[in-house]
Amino acid sequence: MRKVGLIINPLAGIGGRVGLKGSDGRDIVEKAIAMGAVAEAPLKAKRALNRLVSKKEEFQLLTYPGPMGEDTARELGFDPIVLGSLKGELTTPEDTEKAAVVLRDAGAELILFAGGDGTARNLYHAIGNSLPVIGIPAGVKIHSAVYADTPTHAGDAAALFLAGSGRIQLREAEVMDIDEEAFRQDRVSARLYGYMTVPNVRNLMQSAKAGSVSTEGENMMSIASHIVTHMEEDVCYLIGPGTTIRSVMDILGLKNTLLGVDAVLNRELIGSDLNEAGLLELLDRMESKGIPVKLVVTVIGGQGYVFGRGNQQLSHRVLSRVGKDNIIIAATETKMIALGGKPLLVDTGDAAFNELLAGYVKVITSMNRQMAYRVAY
Amino acid sequence: MKDVKLRKYHSASWDEPLIMEMGTKGERGIIPPKAAKEVVEKLGQAIDLLPAEMRRQKSIGLPEVSQYHVLQHYLRLSQMTLGMDLGSDIGEGTCTMKYSPKMHDQVVNSSKFADLHPSQPQETLQGILEIVYGLEQYLKQISGMSKFTFQPGGGSHATYTNACLIRRYHEARGELAQRDEVITTIFSHPCDGATPATAGFKVITLMPDENGYPDLEALKAIVSERTAGIMFTNPEDTGIFNPKVAEYVKVVHDAGGLCFYDQANANGIMGMARAFDAGFDACHFNLHKTFSSPHGCEGPASGAYGVREELAKYLPVPTVEFDGSKYYLDYDRPESVGKVRSFLGNLECVIRAYAWIRSMGAEGIKTAAQISVLNNNYMDQLLLDIKGVTRPYAEGKRRLEQARYSLGQVMEDTGVGTAEIRNRFSDFGIQGYWMSHHPWIVPEPFTPEPCETYSKEDLDYWAAALAQCVKEAYEDPEFVMNAPHAMANTKILDDSLVEDPDRWACTYRAYKKKILDK
Repeated sequence: MRKVGLIINPLAGIGGRVGLKGSDGRDIVEKAIAMGAVAEAPLKAKRALNRLVSKKEEFQLLTYPGPMGEDTARELGFDPIVLGSLKGELTTPEDTEKAAVVLRDAGAELILFAGGDGTARNLYHAIGNSLPVIGIPAGVKIHSAVYADTPTHAGDAAALFLAGSGRIQLREAEVMDIDEEAFRQDRVSARLYGYMTVPNVRNLMQSAKAGSVSTEGENMMSIASHIVTHMEEDVCYLIGPGTTIRSVMDILGLKNTLLGVDAVLNRELIGSDLNEAGLLELLDRMESKGIPVKLVVTVIGGQGYVFGRGNQQLSHRVLSRVGKDNIIIAATETKMIALGGKPLLVDTGDAAFNELLAGYVKVITSMNRQMAYRVAY
Repeated sequence: MKDVKLRKYHSASWDEPLIMEMGTKGERGIIPPKAAKEVVEKLGQAIDLLPAEMRRQKSIGLPEVSQYHVLQHYLRLSQMTLGMDLGSDIGEGTCTMKYSPKMHDQVVNSSKFADLHPSQPQETLQGILEIVYGLEQYLKQISGMSKFTFQPGGGSHATYTNACLIRRYHEARGELAQRDEVITTIFSHPCDGATPATAGFKVITLMPDENGYPDLEALKAIVSERTAGIMFTNPEDTGIFNPKVAEYVKVVHDAGGLCFYDQANANGIMGMARAFDAGFDACHFNLHKTFSSPHGCEGPASGAYGVREELAKYLPVPTVEFDGSKYYLDYDRPESVGKVRSFLGNLECVIRAYAWIRSMGAEGIKTAAQISVLNNNYMDQLLLDIKGVTRPYAEGKRRLEQARYSLGQVMEDTGVGTAEIRNRFSDFGIQGYWMSHHPWIVPEPFTPEPCETYSKEDLDYWAAALAQCVKEAYEDPEFVMNAPHAMANTKILDDSLVEDPDRWACTYRAYKKKILDK
């Protein structure tokens, strides 16, 4: 029988309802509870699990004790195998991490977890990209693309995963988190922590039945082929973070920094994982040699950010040197459509430069295919 | 809507093998007579007339089946499907499924047409050339364009012909190397992007604005000296008619590009508005949609492609001309894009379209457009009253002849999506509906198009069937998930079979190679 793991971070999102902009840190949790906050995550998890109730005989649910999954599962009539134990009254990030490892080691093929960006990070930290996961959005901050857009869609995605006899494609989705302390002071500082594997059901916007035969991997390869085909000689290409454009480096046979910025000149790697200072230094070098510089970036996460989330090294200082016309944006059609018509976003840290970037761009969506799309800030 | 009694339908189920699996060794459909002795004496054996290198070395491997069993086999298969004259095609939006008068098929099947050979001397083809020429004159009036070709064997083939023409036009002006971008819209038919890509252009897609129109500001931002043209529909798949379409045309013209109006489906606008008058340089009609020739595995297709006077010289060869006394084929067109198909195209579609236009008349065509729009707006009200059915974009605005709806809310509430509801639909004796072209922008989409053929009772029935499916989704989702219940053919049990190039098989040979022999 197939095994599905369930992890609920019962404290995820607890700070949101009382205006605390997040729930990271014990003092914040205690403050939220004191302010009368109620745990939202179990309710959201229940909405997701509801979609699996009719299939409960077809798979074995594995979960963690009490509020971390057991209570919700039993409430819905599941008979879960409960693993591990909890110490304190309030659960901790360590509990989440431990749960992820225990469920994976017990044979879970998929982990369904309810939480926010912090929870996704904990899972990533514990089990990396070793098995598919689906996030049930329950936190205050959801910048990570490992989350379905609604709890019910998370449940539907899990149902499809269970029903699929090999037809469910997988894709890698971003695990991002922002610095909550900065966020409370109205500054957003997001970091890309890594990628986890999720079933590619496009937030259920497009099931396999829609007739698409190309996988997300093929689409990324098609994008990369377009970029490489059109690469010019004696032009330096900065290759931004993300799985979409990782394929560019794959085609070129160069070592890629998934979460960082690399530099390529005439198909040779001339810089790896460059930070802002490194990029500025490289730009100086290229300028002195009269070599033009182009930048290849993708849309990070499900929010539509091109700059300012997960690629802070591409600051307005770097970008203004590269120039608007030399920025190449690439993203799969799936990713673009999942934005639901919302514009692409830029947050370079400089209002005037944001304004300059705003307008319309041509986003490369596959070989010789582009999408005209609005950019806002 | 009055109470509708939904029909209890059940298709025949024959558990029929594939034709390739039928028959017994030595069984024959036809045993041709041996050649007469004197023929053999004079010419030798028939097989000896074939050059040795063209003779098959191995058995062809066809099934050995008698005529009677072949007939039986295909009749059984036909009983397991919903033929177009059995059910209602209202659900097949963007396809413009209308009644095709049987009288027209009699003309097509008559020996006067069926026994023609396209290589006959032109003077013996005067009748069919007159019909081709005659239909061209009608379509010129309907579109405002100056010249048509009927060579393309379908809508996408016509758009491909257009892409070739755009290429030829810029090539003739010495600008092809520079103009390598063709623009389309996400809600146009996918061929409006795919065919210029095939013709070597880079394709840029416009997304809808908040009103559901292609984003005009985006168009203004992306046109340049690289723009070769734009290819799009209006109304788009959403059924929303864009009243400002002439502005889009102007933007592209000002940038030096050509403008193509994909009128595969012209059912809501024929006789009402003309592509030429909106400034377009070219357009096409699917004779198998708007002009009643049957289609969708039920007949061959024809994409009638027309252009303005200035572009006529680029049309495929030959064109059909009339010198005042006789019709003839003109091959002497040095600037032509060449041939896009053998001979003159699928002329059975041309005959049916000609007959349809003649029987409808100018006023009749206009009335058909008006009724198709009226039908759609009547049914729209019925559908929007169904719980969970929404119609994204341009809220409160009417659609023309079709509309794209969403069952996203039903999916959210019940877990039952549009694919499952479509499966259940056929249990009521009507065709499962068309969901959407790829990619899906509207979640859990469906796209009906109630053409002028359908009566108010037909529309009521269709809406009632949908209402019943949705009601069942809310009350008993598993029942809908397991649908259809009354059809011989149920559903694809393993989707990977149609998604995995190593396992999918469109022919028996592929099936044998990939599945049976493994």
